[in-house]
Amino acid sequence: MRNAFASELTAVAAEDSRVFLLSGDIGNRLFNEYKQRFGERFMNCGVAEAGMMGVAAGMALCGLHPIVYTIAPFTTLRCYEQIKLDVCYHNLSVVIVGVGAGLAYASLGPTHHTFEDVAALRLFPNMAVVCPGDALEVRAALRAALRRSGPVYIRLGKKNEPRVHQAVPELTIGRGIILREGTDVCILATGVILPTALATADLLAGKGVAARVVSMHTVKPLDTTMLEDVFQSYKLVVSMEEHGLIGGLGGGVAEWLADHAPQRALLLRFGLPDEFFHLAGDQEYARLHYGLVPDVMAAGILKKLREVG
Amino acid sequence: MELSTEEFAYQIRRHALVMVHRADSSHIGGALSVADILAVLYGRVLRVRSEDPEWPDRDRLVFSKGHACTALYAALALGGFFPLDELASYGRKGTRLLGHASHEVPGVEWSTGSLGHGLGLACGQALAGKRRSAGWRVFAVLSDGELDEGSTWESALFAAHHGLDNLCVIVDRNGQQALGRTEDVLALGDICAKFSSFGWKTAEIDGHDHTALLQSLEAAVVDGAPTCIVARTIKGKGVRFMEDRLEWHYRSPKTVDLLERALQELADSYGHRPEPIPLSGGELPE
Repeated sequence: MRNAFASELTAVAAEDSRVFLLSGDIGNRLFNEYKQRFGERFMNCGVAEAGMMGVAAGMALCGLHPIVYTIAPFTTLRCYEQIKLDVCYHNLSVVIVGVGAGLAYASLGPTHHTFEDVAALRLFPNMAVVCPGDALEVRAALRAALRRSGPVYIRLGKKNEPRVHQAVPELTIGRGIILREGTDVCILATGVILPTALATADLLAGKGVAARVVSMHTVKPLDTTMLEDVFQSYKLVVSMEEHGLIGGLGGGVAEWLADHAPQRALLLRFGLPDEFFHLAGDQEYARLHYGLVPDVMAAGILKKLREVG
Repeated sequence: MELSTEEFAYQIRRHALVMVHRADSSHIGGALSVADILAVLYGRVLRVRSEDPEWPDRDRLVFSKGHACTALYAALALGGFFPLDELASYGRKGTRLLGHASHEVPGVEWSTGSLGHGLGLACGQALAGKRRSAGWRVFAVLSDGELDEGSTWESALFAAHHGLDNLCVIVDRNGQQALGRTEDVLALGDICAKFSSFGWKTAEIDGHDHTALLQSLEAAVVDGAPTCIVARTIKGKGVRFMEDRLEWHYRSPKTVDLLERALQELADSYGHRPEPIPLSGGELPE
């Protein structure tokens, strides 16, 4: 995902001279081509995220289009109030990019995990929160974010995520993308868990259960048209995310559901529990630890489907 | 600006006193300490157009001590950015003159109130000015208390490292913060020495001396490095019973008696005859 981001950034910088990349001392070699071509529009702000976010806001108010890039925990919570006040309160077009979100840096410990970034940034008026599901959605999301007037958070994985799309999809912020049709259950997945959602649907298909799979890349604003449709069409709607169960996609859908009850469908949520993950182990291990793997989630869905009849 | 900057500062103070009296609001001490800085900036230094607050080539003022917004609102109204009568609506329900600086008010560049944000924003505007080869200058007025915030020092490093010589910080060094003297709460020591060691040009002046303010502000923003002017001020300046008294960080001259005393002392300090209390009108329809 990060390579796709760097590549697409280089392409958009060639088209739009307002684009300016600010890095929090992160992205070793990643932006070499960008820097070679647009060195005057790159700045390493050092390990100083609060200052960097203020600088981005100041630049945006002067008509530039800053993109702030560093590891997800540091581009969100480390400069949280600058995002709230400097960026969101003034409704400035700053694109905030968090790399290695969720469990991507599982082995590095809770300092580098983000189970809460989506929940945190979803709270602020004017902010859009976009979690691309593969490298091609990253490309589309960056362009959509730059088209939007106002702040956008783009939540990235790290590298070598499985590809879901064959070509760069049409991506509109706030509109889910249906990847697979199925009438028995609807899976809404956001971000890096999208390939796992498709693998889960494969397992369900083997059990005779046809699942619709949606890339719900935008957690804010939620695609409420999609929600209205699927909560009436299905008996079971499933949310999947590599993020805490509090306040992410599942949390947002649950809020919508509470405000729009009764609905035909029940909601089943998969995500990370309310705890720190302090064991050694890589992303694959951490996903297994938390059951964010196809067989565990497929079994959970089958069990729930039996309950709802 | 027809007024002398001294008269401008007097009027800022007078309006600020009446505003906090009418709204029963806090922070008059810091508004009185910064009044001369604002008067010289708006009266002589800033290239801004009151009839066109969004003029692209304007100088930018980041007023980071947003709690002293009464002084800023008064300066802008006196400078013609919005009608003077509107000051009477300060703090009233449903109006735009809320209790910390708001960018909904014409001439206010940034909403502030949470301390430690202003210098980062100013750096972004100064950097944008450089990259766009624009001639505008950026001035940031900071309280001394907000130098406690780490984000201020992140930005101090940034401005010097990137040679933002179109940036000038003015520290309103009144020596007080919410719970006591800055040197007792979290000692700031020699602020000029700190900024100098970060690579800034610095000057320390009497922040109530308009000649010194004007000279140092005009000398700022030249080739090389950003400038920090430490303006030594007195919290509550101009009203003897408020001067250097911490309680006026919080208290309002709420009673008419207190307000009249304050306005009398203010007039005395300028050798003026007291004027009638301004802004008796401006009531909003229910």
